[in-house]
Amino acid sequence: MGKFTEDDLKKELETKEYEYGFYTDIESDTFPIGLNEEVVRAISMKKEEPEWMTQWRLEAFEHWKQMVEPEWANVNYVKPDFQAISYYSAPSKKPKYNSIDEVDPELLDTFNRLGISLEEQKKLAGVAVDIVMDSVSVATTFKSTLAEKGIIFCSISEAIKEHPELVKKYIGSVVPQRDNFYAALNSAVFSDGSFCYIPKGVRCPMELSTYFRINQAGTGQFERTLVIADEDSYVSYLEGCTAPSRDENQLHAAVVELIALDGAEIKYSTVQNWYPGGKDGKGGVYNFVTKRGLCEKNAKISWTQVETGSAITWKYPSCILKGDNSIGEFYSIAVTNNFQQADTGTKMIHLGKNTRSTIISKGISAGKSQNSYRGLVKIGPRAKNARNFSQCDSLLMGNECGAHTFPYIEVSNKTAQIEHEATTSKIGEDQIFYCNQRGIDTEKAIALIVNGFSKEVLNKLPMEFAVEAQKLLEISLEGSVG
Amino acid sequence: MSLKDKLLSSYIAFEDHLEEDSPIHDIRNEAIKVFEAEGFPTKKLEAWKYTSLNSLLKENYSIFPKQDHSLEFKQVKKYFLHDVDTYKVVFVDGVYSSFLSETTHDKIDVCLLSAALNKPKYKPVIEAYFNKAAKQDSLSSLNTAFAKEGAYVFIPNHKEVEKPIEIINFSTGNEAAIMLQPRNLIVVGENSHVQIIERHQSLSGNAVFTNSVTEIFAEKRAYVDYYKIQNDNTNASLIDNTNIWQEQESNCRVHTFSFGGKLTRNNLNFYQKGERCDSTLKGITILEDKQHVDHNTLVHHIEPNCESHQDYKGIFGDASTGVFNGKVVVEKEAQKTDAFQQNNNILIHDKATINAKPQLEIFADDVKCSHGCTIGQLDEEALFYMRSRGIAKKEARALLMYAFANNVLESVKIPELKVRINKLIANKIGVRLGFEL
Repeated sequence: MGKFTEDDLKKELETKEYEYGFYTDIESDTFPIGLNEEVVRAISMKKEEPEWMTQWRLEAFEHWKQMVEPEWANVNYVKPDFQAISYYSAPSKKPKYNSIDEVDPELLDTFNRLGISLEEQKKLAGVAVDIVMDSVSVATTFKSTLAEKGIIFCSISEAIKEHPELVKKYIGSVVPQRDNFYAALNSAVFSDGSFCYIPKGVRCPMELSTYFRINQAGTGQFERTLVIADEDSYVSYLEGCTAPSRDENQLHAAVVELIALDGAEIKYSTVQNWYPGGKDGKGGVYNFVTKRGLCEKNAKISWTQVETGSAITWKYPSCILKGDNSIGEFYSIAVTNNFQQADTGTKMIHLGKNTRSTIISKGISAGKSQNSYRGLVKIGPRAKNARNFSQCDSLLMGNECGAHTFPYIEVSNKTAQIEHEATTSKIGEDQIFYCNQRGIDTEKAIALIVNGFSKEVLNKLPMEFAVEAQKLLEISLEGSVG
Repeated sequence: MSLKDKLLSSYIAFEDHLEEDSPIHDIRNEAIKVFEAEGFPTKKLEAWKYTSLNSLLKENYSIFPKQDHSLEFKQVKKYFLHDVDTYKVVFVDGVYSSFLSETTHDKIDVCLLSAALNKPKYKPVIEAYFNKAAKQDSLSSLNTAFAKEGAYVFIPNHKEVEKPIEIINFSTGNEAAIMLQPRNLIVVGENSHVQIIERHQSLSGNAVFTNSVTEIFAEKRAYVDYYKIQNDNTNASLIDNTNIWQEQESNCRVHTFSFGGKLTRNNLNFYQKGERCDSTLKGITILEDKQHVDHNTLVHHIEPNCESHQDYKGIFGDASTGVFNGKVVVEKEAQKTDAFQQNNNILIHDKATINAKPQLEIFADDVKCSHGCTIGQLDEEALFYMRSRGIAKKEARALLMYAFANNVLESVKIPELKVRINKLIANKIGVRLGFEL
């Protein structure tokens, strides 16, 4: 084999096709396209929701109607036509399965091809999977183990029915209905999602995870996730995404709310690999997500994300550090290729005393993609001794892509200590030369450098997920990552 | 009547006074249209997110001051760099003061923009440069529409200007509130060197609103060293728009010292139009009371092998607000760019606020770009160390602040100016130190 140069890598990045593009044919129970009050009511009815929930959705819909789509992000795209989307789609074989054998074999096959077979998952070290296939959860494993500890882990529609007091108290408390355009839309039409409650003092014995998939043509996916960690509890939550190849743009507007009460800790990890669009920039998923966590006293929320997919990403997992001594963390790798555009980052809002936050963001852009980091660090006047460290590094491959950083730093307390640094670079010729000199060939050298570049974030992923994250990075950077 | 309406109607009167065939007649008309369409910037604009002009726009400014404003030299002596010989271009309430100025036409031109605009001799220069670098945003356009007076500096090729040029704008306070719109044009020819010091000074407590535009053109291998001293009264506000065009291998340095004023906004834009340019942007900001300073910088790397260095230090006391919005754009063609940006801030009072937004927009892969931004306090341990050695708290704090700002001060190339700024800082911190930096 000849020398593997950066040009080869570039070429590979450009020609690499989306591996997970296939379409499962399952009879769907799909609503006609369009959005109005009736549709919102119908969704609510379909989910057999109580009246307060229907009202809540309608309120959100009222707000949404008055809002305009935000345009400040550093991305260009054809705006979705919200009246051309079907707002509900569910696999039609609705009854819940008790064991894996009852699940539609075609569906199982889908998961197998994604490399997340339930059997394997079951055998693997204690991962409970709540699979969301086109908005309705069809399988929940390890539920009994969790129930013993008093942990509630179910779909949000189930939670609305069975734990209304919890849902009513916390839903919209971190991301209000009128927070932003997409959050309002989500609040009005969310179809399903996950709900998780960890009781006081309980340490969740396993990593909780859900897999999302957009499947039905022309359906937007509106997930709603609510994670509540009660006092002194701990939970690690995983979320992973892949979506089939499709030419028309698909909209994904999820909302994730995390609540960490006094002394609790939530670790939320995401691997996102929605269909990024073809080499010519056609198609791909629009990912407009609102993720936010609230930290009470001594609580900690940690976001880790590996973003390799989606045509457009618009995502800012944030922490509101309300309680004293609370901690917020954000670790991110964003890889963009071809015509992908990502505008992602975080917000750390320091309100309590002695609050700390860390931001590590790594952007890798190749092809004709644009990769932006946009972050806010805000120190309120009462946040004494707040501490923040931010680091944003970008790696550029080729001169047709772009890397951008837009950090906002707002400080109104003199005791705050803020550090921000950003660098942009390419894989240096001298770095490769150094490796060559020591007998490491160019291919391995690139692998080494890219790996080293993203290591800080990869290390933060839970074991089970790190493997998958590596896999996804390989899709974009195959041949260079060992 | 809002200030915008007042400006628009005064423009009609202003335009009547000017000769129709003035070369910039059309430029003015275009510019006022831009201002009419856009108006004053509001906080809704991303570039003005942290700075509101509302408090300025309420005043009833006189736009065309009366003619008879004169000053005695001894009244204003302290604002000049008197211990060194300089060229001086001095304006009092926007009107040229020949008595206080010292201009030249000997080989180089250091004179008035009004003369340059009206005399046919200067026509080629005006046509080639005037309004070519200025941004076409609403405030710059407003200035362009009313552009009448300011400094005109033309240095031909291969000429080293032997003494610095001082450009000073005084406002006397004879008007209750005054709006000034000075317009400077500086053209530096190939291989030429020039040093310029710019100052805006109000002599009374009356409100002054200055909307200044400076265009600087640095031809090949030109060297421009520009210092801005902003130490004005608490009722004086300044919006400074400085645009610099750099040709191949030119070197431009701008130092901004912001110690005063009610509201100061510095729009400093560098455009590197040739290869191997070098740009330096440095600043020290020391604020107290309710002062507000907003540094908005842009370095646009268009050609390969260029460098830029930014270093802004800020010390914020009382209820002052500091804004730093630094943007570095590296175009696709600008390979091998080396861009560095540094912004350090110290907050010394609880009510002080700092908003920083250091931005990078990079489209080329073979570049070295980095920025750093810190916000913190004086090091308690260093303070303790000094106090344990008998240095009083106040002096110890002052020492640390000096050390903090010293990086920027060190690169001031005019020794007399360095001493002057040193004194300003000492005065601002309220101590006398037994040494000169």
